[in-house]
Amino acid sequence: MAKATRQAYGEKLAELVAENPKIVVLDADLAGSTKSGEAKKVAPERFFDFGIAEADMIGHAAGFAASGFTPFASSFAMFASGRAWEQIRNSVAYPHLNVKICGSHAGITVGEDGVSHQAIEDIAIIRAIPDMKIYVPCDENETRAVLDQVVSEFGPTYIRTGRAPVENVYDSEDIDVTKIHVLRSGNRAAVFACGFCVKSALEAADRLKAEGIDITVVDVCAIKPCDEEGILHILQDYDLIFTAEEHNIVGGLGGMIAELASEKCPKKIVRIGLADRFAESGSYKDLAKKYRLDGDGLYEQIKAAL
Amino acid sequence: MNNEELKLHARNIRKNIIRQVSSAKSGHPGGSLGAADILTLLFFEVMDITPENATRESIENPDRDRFVLSKGHTSPLLYAVLAEKGIIPEEELLTFRQVNSRLQGHPNMNLVPGVDMSTGSLGQGLAAADGMAIANKLSGNDHRIYCLVGDGESEEGEIWEAAMAAAHYKSDNLCAIIDVNGLQIDGATKDVIGPEPLDKKFEAFGWHVINVDGHDFDALRAAFAEAENTKGQPTALIAHTVKGKGVSFMENQAAWHGTAPNAEQTELALKELEG
Repeated sequence: MAKATRQAYGEKLAELVAENPKIVVLDADLAGSTKSGEAKKVAPERFFDFGIAEADMIGHAAGFAASGFTPFASSFAMFASGRAWEQIRNSVAYPHLNVKICGSHAGITVGEDGVSHQAIEDIAIIRAIPDMKIYVPCDENETRAVLDQVVSEFGPTYIRTGRAPVENVYDSEDIDVTKIHVLRSGNRAAVFACGFCVKSALEAADRLKAEGIDITVVDVCAIKPCDEEGILHILQDYDLIFTAEEHNIVGGLGGMIAELASEKCPKKIVRIGLADRFAESGSYKDLAKKYRLDGDGLYEQIKAAL
Repeated sequence: MNNEELKLHARNIRKNIIRQVSSAKSGHPGGSLGAADILTLLFFEVMDITPENATRESIENPDRDRFVLSKGHTSPLLYAVLAEKGIIPEEELLTFRQVNSRLQGHPNMNLVPGVDMSTGSLGQGLAAADGMAIANKLSGNDHRIYCLVGDGESEEGEIWEAAMAAAHYKSDNLCAIIDVNGLQIDGATKDVIGPEPLDKKFEAFGWHVINVDGHDFDALRAAFAEAENTKGQPTALIAHTVKGKGVSFMENQAAWHGTAPNAEQTELALKELEG
């Protein structure tokens, strides 16, 4: 079944809002798109729209959190992380307030809106803020698990969801999202992937397997704090490592894995993502194909490096 | 509290502003001195904050009024007020801006009791204050939220985003005090970028606006009462102040925005404040 992670976010948030009176839902004129509007249907009295004013929304979220509420503030990843970055840094992270920020429509699969709306830097800039947690779920079930996780733990958090539908990777939402998960095991190389690229990595692994090449595919949902022990365990077992994400190759999942590896277990790492360049408008399928982040694209890039 | 007692508190607060900035050899005396009378009245008469209820826990379970210092650089003022209230020890003030001190250059809510929001980056406090105001309404909490904003600070766009939201959500439990001293780092506000007319701007954004002399306790008292009695919209007190008030050589001088007095100037300032 294919569902966008933003849709799963909205549906799960609606369930959480119904059972937890301390959750408030904030949006900046994109409730229909981020799917926070699903929660509005359940508890309109705890839904607050701040209009096209993302910095103000995050400031209000800080005030709600400083009053004992757990705000979920959503906007497109571009604006939630970019426009409001300094509010996140100074009014949320530094005071260690329990604000959950959801950046939807992340990466290039937002599609036709083009570069102005394609956040390919959000993981990097949020990751650079001390104390921020970051989760990048890859499918409906993992998104639902992320929401359970962030409600159960205290602290400022960024959740990255996508616009495009993704096939389910997991059969149930009983997932420990703080840990990495090995989805395929092989001996030639390992691919760490997050979000949209997890499914692509699985498709690439299937094609390679048909040619007799077995690779390991690892889902990394928790970018920060990461499952250091689990990642090091994988790094130790392979001489060639790939990372795959719909994000700039600077500072995202690839950056995180490379930093960890360089300190604790140096290996050759090939970072796959946007190669420090902007993309363009197009359907998400055409963009994933052109920028080689779909199954075929990852297959080609991995095979070329093997 | 009668005005004579308030004046004594304000005098001690101003002296402690000078002592902090002088001992730290850094900090912002001008705006701190200028808003001292406003905060004295707020903390000693208007708000119900006490040493007992000013705990970190009281922020998330707020059974008292709260205050957000959006112009966070006037931290010496807030710390001096908290010391004068007996919420933090007066001797701690001399650790201001030093390593290992709770008294950071700009206030941290997790370190200092009575600091209800971490601030410092200008423009961000009013949105947080309105978030608190909306949260209070949602939880049926009748306590009020006060927020001190600088006139220079109101050049930040987020102030107006927050102003729009506070009016939209009818945050009549929110009172912003706009400290209009007419000066900012680069000079007179009118020469730098011209944020005025602030009263008309807040009015246009849907706020109840009261122009008030920021050094007149009777006028401020009446303004805060009017704010509390105003329903259906937030209130902005446009408080006209003198930057550096109480220290003659600092008054109306942009240069004293973020400059510490030397030993000689400190002695002179304390002598003047002693009267």
